[in-house]
Amino acid sequence: MAEEVKVFGAWGSPYSRRVELALQLKGVQYEYIEEDIPKNKSPLLLKYNPVHKKIPVLLHNGKPIAESLVILEYIEETWKGNPILPEDPYDKAMARFWAKFVDEKCMPALWKAGWSPESEREKPVEEACECLKTLESALGGKRFFGGDTVGMVDIAAIFIGYWLRLIQEATGMELLSAEKFPELFKWTDEFVSCSVVKGSLPPRDKLLAFIKARIAAAMDQAQTNASK
Amino acid sequence: MEEVKLLGMWLSPYSYRVIWALKLKGIAYEYMEEDLSNKSPLLLQCNPVHKKIPVLIHGGKPICESSVILEYIEEIWPQNSLLPCDPYERAIARFWIKFADDKGPIVWKICGTRGEERQKVIEESLEMLKTIEEHGLGDKKFFGGDNISMVDIAFGGLAYWPGVIEKVLGRNLLEAHKFPRLHAWTKNFEEVPEVKENLPDLGRLLKRET
Repeated sequence: MAEEVKVFGAWGSPYSRRVELALQLKGVQYEYIEEDIPKNKSPLLLKYNPVHKKIPVLLHNGKPIAESLVILEYIEETWKGNPILPEDPYDKAMARFWAKFVDEKCMPALWKAGWSPESEREKPVEEACECLKTLESALGGKRFFGGDTVGMVDIAAIFIGYWLRLIQEATGMELLSAEKFPELFKWTDEFVSCSVVKGSLPPRDKLLAFIKARIAAAMDQAQTNASK
Repeated sequence: MEEVKLLGMWLSPYSYRVIWALKLKGIAYEYMEEDLSNKSPLLLQCNPVHKKIPVLIHGGKPICESSVILEYIEEIWPQNSLLPCDPYERAIARFWIKFADDKGPIVWKICGTRGEERQKVIEESLEMLKTIEEHGLGDKKFFGGDNISMVDIAFGGLAYWPGVIEKVLGRNLLEAHKFPRLHAWTKNFEEVPEVKENLPDLGRLLKRET
């Protein structure tokens, strides 16, 4: 039976791109289906992810898997080439720990800081920087979180590797700089210059425009709320 | 075999997740109770990022975050397997373990809130329980089928916490007629000997929360 792999995603979503990057790293052919989120989700997406109704969803031979980190674990177990997790159980546990840290601590903190209006930025930015400082300690002088090659933690941190600099450009905020976090900053360069990573990322100008539009919309909303 | 230690806390469901997994696999370990108002130097050294329990220390190396610890235990001691063999079934299990991690904690907030906020938390908890029952458990005895597995362990706190909430609210959140399957699951789960022998003292728990 020919293998059928589909990804339901959104072009600007880092969670969606995590899945695409993992598949591309392992040389897996897949069909990509763009979902119009959040307002116009397809009946298929709602059928395949009835619990969260979110992208990304991986469909493998008709069977759906949701939640990007769960999908990454599945991809790792199903396609053995170019592993993204270490073989040693302790090192694997460390990788899972840091991937979880990125998801549960870094992403919410960076998201909050990124969309906060200028007047309310100080605390969210401070908290986001604390997360980045902690994450930097996980690099421990390595080229990637995964060592010599891109691994699960690098893939999980795709937002930090690519989206964050564009958010900084759009807002003038300084979260991740070479002065503040030299090792992590260097990692972002290494990460995006990897050919397979480069090929899996959304186009820079399109994403920057999208981010700017979202920030403008968030500011308008904040002004509307303030004047009510 | 290398030394196994667990830094835990007597009322934490996350602590119990690790205890249940170790007991089910017959792994001997030394348990160390942490006073969370006075965290030990060992805890702070082993979990500098979160400074939380549980922490498993195996051969001197610390592992943090209960769901990460569960995966580690499963890999090091594969006997009495707690995850399915099939990769797709494993993905489904991991999906629900993540759900327990992300959404489960809403239930613990009931005791700590009042008035309108508490009402909101109760509504969210009921929504969550409905989702678990319909999409996660279905008609199965346990989340993984006929036998206890990692997903049951991940949701294990739901087996004993409703008893506390019942005393606080004066009504049972996990009512048998509203959640027949989940209600049955709590009974089946608590009957598993390794769980039955390792549950927090309800009396002590109530004293603390009421």
